Amino acid sequence: MKSRRDFLKNAAAGAVVLGSSAAADKLGLAATPDTQGANGKSKVVIARDAALHGTSTQPDEQRVLNLLDKAMAAYTGRDKPLEAWKSIVPANIRAGKVIGLKVNGLGGKGISTHTALIQAVAERLQQAGVKPGNILVWDQNANFLQACGFAINTDPSRVRSYPADTAGYEDKESSWGVAHIHITKILTRECDMVINLPILKDHRMAGVTFAMKNMYGVVDKPFTLHENNCNPGVADLNCIPVIRTKVRFTIGDAISSVYDGGPAFHPERLWYPNALVVGEDRVALDYTAWQMIASKRAEAGMPTLEADGRPPNYIITAADGAHLLGTNDPQRIHLLEV
Amino acid sequence: MFGPARWDKVIGLLAIAVVIAGTGCKKTAVDPFPASGAVAGWEKTSDTRVFAAKDLWQYVDGDAEQYIQAGVVSTSTSDYKYQGQLEATVDVYTMGDSAGAQKIFGKSQSKDAKAISLGDAGIAYAQSVTFRKGPYLVRIVAYEDTPTAQQSLIALAHGVETKL
Repeated sequence: MKSRRDFLKNAAAGAVVLGSSAAADKLGLAATPDTQGANGKSKVVIARDAALHGTSTQPDEQRVLNLLDKAMAAYTGRDKPLEAWKSIVPANIRAGKVIGLKVNGLGGKGISTHTALIQAVAERLQQAGVKPGNILVWDQNANFLQACGFAINTDPSRVRSYPADTAGYEDKESSWGVAHIHITKILTRECDMVINLPILKDHRMAGVTFAMKNMYGVVDKPFTLHENNCNPGVADLNCIPVIRTKVRFTIGDAISSVYDGGPAFHPERLWYPNALVVGEDRVALDYTAWQMIASKRAEAGMPTLEADGRPPNYIITAADGAHLLGTNDPQRIHLLEV
Repeated sequence: MFGPARWDKVIGLLAIAVVIAGTGCKKTAVDPFPASGAVAGWEKTSDTRVFAAKDLWQYVDGDAEQYIQAGVVSTSTSDYKYQGQLEATVDVYTMGDSAGAQKIFGKSQSKDAKAISLGDAGIAYAQSVTFRKGPYLVRIVAYEDTPTAQQSLIALAHGVETKL
């Protein structure tokens, strides 16, 4: 029987083939077991640490690293961090390929992927054998990166960071459904695998922004995908082969969040879930994110996203037979809270 | 008759005259951002960035549409720091008219907001101040919740308001 590691290794190799075949687009990686646990369900881990912030608005760095280890151990079933990471990042990738960390700094320094989390992921990747220069932290533009605590750095002896607009976009348009966009060369040419590091937020149009919506930072004109509460824009975008195949794992930042008024920073609607949400099934992750936002809004006495006229229906679309990006069925999601 | 070279000079001079006349008739653009020290304790820590309506998505994609629908003309933003510690960002939205500013301001109000006397209308939360004045909508947010944050933000907001 194949080990999970073997499977991921093979799946990664297969992804290259799938990515080059237009006909294979419709096969849908959600049909493959890489997004599913042993019981056939998509596994999503929510790891929490109530003391993550202490008395500061910034989380404690060591506690963030510990929380990441806890999340990865729960997800992989491997207690040792390095073993956990090796089971997620295939050996051929660790050996010399470039791993992108797609962060989200759109909300400015008040509500962006936390620097401490990015550093923790980069640290564990290096300990798992990835060279610093083969780790590339990126977002849409330099200001967004700066909001996440990163300046532009192209020195290959260190973890690199530069934005999509600096790298440039492919001249050739990529299309799937309503998505007709140009993708950053960081994703198409530079990265062999991407770990998605979104931050959990309410979203004025999409309802919720988390794993799939973070891919708007990959394209040249994300505003063209906003119509109808970003549905089916988000789902269609995630079906584009290079996104579907290379963005393989999500470590979602729910250390802090805004439960209303997003994606901009609204400190009056700031909240501290003190959590990381981890998994491979991007639809299951977004469904889980929706439930977290919904629960907080109910607690705050706010209307539901449906009542507010912005249900995140793109999550339902992403799970349908045309998209097959994952599952939004709670019966098929193995939610593990640690 | 002028030769071709002479015509070039005439056309060039006319073009310069048109530019001078055009700018001379226009009202000087408002700089709403207080310089460092203009408001006690506040230091301006970044250059001002300006986004035309069509480029506002580059500043905050997903939030831009509500401003565009309300008729935003341009958005200016700058960072500040209070007493070397409390970081804040000032956003000034120049709308097409006061109705546009009112439309966005109305969305910012909620029952837990504190009304303040600033411009045409203003509100404050622990870490943010929003006010409108004519076609301008100003939003100031701090990145820490300190006991003096609100008071400090209101002082900075008054500094902005006097420049509008």
